[in-house]
Amino acid sequence: MSLEQFKNRNVGTQNYKTLDLDHTPVTGMGQFKQVVSRTFKPELFVGLWVTFREMINALFRGKMHTTQYPFEKLPISPRYRAIHDMLRLLESGHYRCIGCGLCEKICISNCITMDTQYDENQRKEVSEYTINFGRCIFCGYCAEVCPELAIVHGPRYETASEQRASFSLFEDMLTPIDQLNLQQEYQGFGAISPNADENIKKTPLAY
Amino acid sequence: MSEVQTVENMVSITIDGVDYKAKEGEYILNAARANDIFIPAICYLTRCSPTLACRLCLVEADGKQVYSCNAKVKEGMEITVSTPDILAERRAMMEVYDVNHPLQCGVCDQSGECELQNYTLELGVDSQSYTIQDTKREATNWSSVLHYDPGLCIVCERCTTVCKDMIGDAAIKTTKRGGEALDKAWKDEMPKDAYAMWNKLQKSVIAPSNGTEHTNCSDCGECVAVCPVGALVSRDFVYTSNAWDLKKIPATCAHCSSGCQIYYETKPASIEDRTEKIFRVTNEWNYVSLCGAGRFGYDFENRTATKDATTFAAAVKAFKKAKVINFNSVITNEEALMLQTLKEKLGVKLINREARAFQRFLGFYSEASGQSLYSLDFKEVMATDFVMSVGSSLRNDNPNARYAFNNVQKLNKGAGLYFHPVGDTLVPTFGKNIEMFAHKVGHEEAALLFIIKLFADQDKLPSSVKEQLDSDFVELLGGDTAKFEKSFEKMMKKKESFSLMVGEDLYFHEKAENLAKLIAVLEASSEVKVAMIPPKTNSLGVALICDLDDEAEGYTIGYNESGDFKLSALGDGDLDMPAMNQQEGTLTNMHKRVTPTNAALEYNGYVLNDIVREVASAPKETIMWTEHLPVSKGFKAVEFDSLPNHYTNDGVEHRGYLLESTSVEVEEISVDKFDDSNALEGEIAYRCNPQRQFNDFSDKAHQIFEGFGLYTSPAKAEALSSKVEVEFANGKLTLDVIVDERMEGDIVAIPDFKSAENIYELFAGSRYQTVTIKEV
Repeated sequence: MSLEQFKNRNVGTQNYKTLDLDHTPVTGMGQFKQVVSRTFKPELFVGLWVTFREMINALFRGKMHTTQYPFEKLPISPRYRAIHDMLRLLESGHYRCIGCGLCEKICISNCITMDTQYDENQRKEVSEYTINFGRCIFCGYCAEVCPELAIVHGPRYETASEQRASFSLFEDMLTPIDQLNLQQEYQGFGAISPNADENIKKTPLAY
Repeated sequence: MSEVQTVENMVSITIDGVDYKAKEGEYILNAARANDIFIPAICYLTRCSPTLACRLCLVEADGKQVYSCNAKVKEGMEITVSTPDILAERRAMMEVYDVNHPLQCGVCDQSGECELQNYTLELGVDSQSYTIQDTKREATNWSSVLHYDPGLCIVCERCTTVCKDMIGDAAIKTTKRGGEALDKAWKDEMPKDAYAMWNKLQKSVIAPSNGTEHTNCSDCGECVAVCPVGALVSRDFVYTSNAWDLKKIPATCAHCSSGCQIYYETKPASIEDRTEKIFRVTNEWNYVSLCGAGRFGYDFENRTATKDATTFAAAVKAFKKAKVINFNSVITNEEALMLQTLKEKLGVKLINREARAFQRFLGFYSEASGQSLYSLDFKEVMATDFVMSVGSSLRNDNPNARYAFNNVQKLNKGAGLYFHPVGDTLVPTFGKNIEMFAHKVGHEEAALLFIIKLFADQDKLPSSVKEQLDSDFVELLGGDTAKFEKSFEKMMKKKESFSLMVGEDLYFHEKAENLAKLIAVLEASSEVKVAMIPPKTNSLGVALICDLDDEAEGYTIGYNESGDFKLSALGDGDLDMPAMNQQEGTLTNMHKRVTPTNAALEYNGYVLNDIVREVASAPKETIMWTEHLPVSKGFKAVEFDSLPNHYTNDGVEHRGYLLESTSVEVEEISVDKFDDSNALEGEIAYRCNPQRQFNDFSDKAHQIFEGFGLYTSPAKAEALSSKVEVEFANGKLTLDVIVDERMEGDIVAIPDFKSAENIYELFAGSRYQTVTIKEV
């Protein structure tokens, strides 16, 4: 194995680059000039005209383009990738995740982490699971790689919150046990293809 | 393995039409591996005997199908790795291994480094043709560290092989599975070897060989290391991490002088705690075998350290007024060199009891033999076919010495002589040709004279030795003369190379000088070559680098030892120091090799180099001392970062470098007369650690359970109560009595791994001491 990583002891130096931006005016006169030139450009009136035209269209000609969010919501595609859901097995209600760590491994922004342990039933138990939504780019790889169809992207795109951490724990993502009957099978990346049966060979069994 | 490959012992072979050179007498598989040719094989372990369980290594040699792990190369041999027949066999074998093997790789600990996964993919197994009813097999815990899941087991027998051939415990064996018998119809339908393999596989499973549910072994965990699938995992590690999440840090184990190659495998401790934690220790198990302390005693890091300027200033002040530095051998070469620099610049005295004893002994040996270092390393010992051990409790002192003794018996059809006052029930089980002498304490000279009498050329002996050889040593050492003569004749059959391992008893012997001379005489007059077991981790390095003192008084700095100002990597001193898994540097091991180790875990405090920079002068980093290690003592002036740390496929070790040994001409040696009345009588205590304990650091690790107590044989324990008071001439101890089932005789063992107990002082410069044991 390569020993290079152990030979780099320069942990304290970073390689930052500064952007080459226009200078901000420093004198009072310079600032004043900038305000005047920005305020009285003709583009302002073009924008005002468009707004006025559309207002007339919407109010008097019945041509409304906007959806009355949050009272109305547009339907989203089943392949839409929003905040993740953790699904349960329909039969037993147990969570599907087996703690294999493939989502953790494939995650390109390194935002999934899980802790696993040996439980009293001699099974692998997921003791903690978290997604750092500050880093997640909703690429969908985790859902695609999951062998148990356990982690999927849900339809919940309203992610405004005081803290992003509010979505990120296992319990937050897991289907509530009393809503198990409402659990939807995911149709996006990683879902079983309609012709899956044709593509697999069967393993013979002795019984 | 380190022997020179001369033209004479090389043969020419052809593999798939390409010419290669191979060592004569080498197995085809090893020859192919050495030449970077891939032959699939699961059950074969380098350094162990072939088991022929997997049969995957089938190749065609000179037109005949042979198992490459078991067939030796011959001059001009033509080998074909894959023919259509062999490929069909291999494919069938892999399909058979996949029959009833659980497919939930996701939960398995071995996933990602599993040989069953790898070979299933390698051989393109994408469908299954075979089937049989599964047998219920339940997971069990074999010991405090071993977890076995027979449902995952493919019965490759690597665990049983390594336990027998390398470790010597033979604590596990194959046993009946009680599964469904194979349908005879398969015999005609499937390839022949695959059927035979399946037939055996279907019948067996692994179990402790003592017939109980639990193994009676040294808990080394080597079976866990060699398991190709997830059947054997350590209890602590089960389901805690995937192989690919762990970062491997190449290091050298710091518990004993074996200095084994290890990888510390780390990842963040948990979701809440993102500091790196060591999850397990792995090794290159084909080329190095660990003991239980190395494998499981890894969490001894110092977590409490911070950079506190006031304590640091106090430490600098303490160093400025220090007269003595008291330290032990759990220290890198670089730190030893720093201490030596302090001695030269500040005039402090250096005290290190075990390294000093070894240094004196090595000095006496060098004076008498003319060689600066002992002759053999322990890999060379493993290659001999007659091995002897004097002055070392083989099972406890050093695992590598024990593995060498055992491996010689198993692989080289070897023989062995074991001289030690404390009887042992395990050593005689290593092989059929082993004689054990439980001699009296103080008769170590007689043991060496006896070896001289057996092996030396009488004409080459100095007269002072020759005249002592007339006594009946077998009788004196507690054996039966007539019986021994008969068995010795058998032992000597077809033997070519001889080795002697000597241990700590001799270094702490009052006649150490005479013993060292006898060893030199033995080497000069016979074919026996000697290897020495340095007492503790880096004793050899310290002995070579530091100019140690015998006695010293005044203000003392203790480095992991007692003192007026204490530096400690255990977190209990005045100033914190990094533990061995938190620092980089080199260690000198028993194989006379200077090996690099890297920091696995973060350390936030001061290091010795910072202090040395304040009180004398020092470079920026500790590892910048590496190139200044004394060349006159055999070290090389090379930079730390240029030291290699790996093994190649032919098993050659590329870790650091070997020490250079220098030799000079010497005059004839004159030895003292042996006096058999010097034997110690009465109740005797022996300073000896239990199997997985070496120092405070192994004791700190949470998977090492061996306690501090009075270790006795089962018979002796019956005569004692559960708690006793042991009275020495200069102090006493109250200890719990702990039974060591493999000990024999009346001598009791008292461990020295807790430095706070000051055991060395109680024993007063010897390893044996007469004591009074009282009930409490």
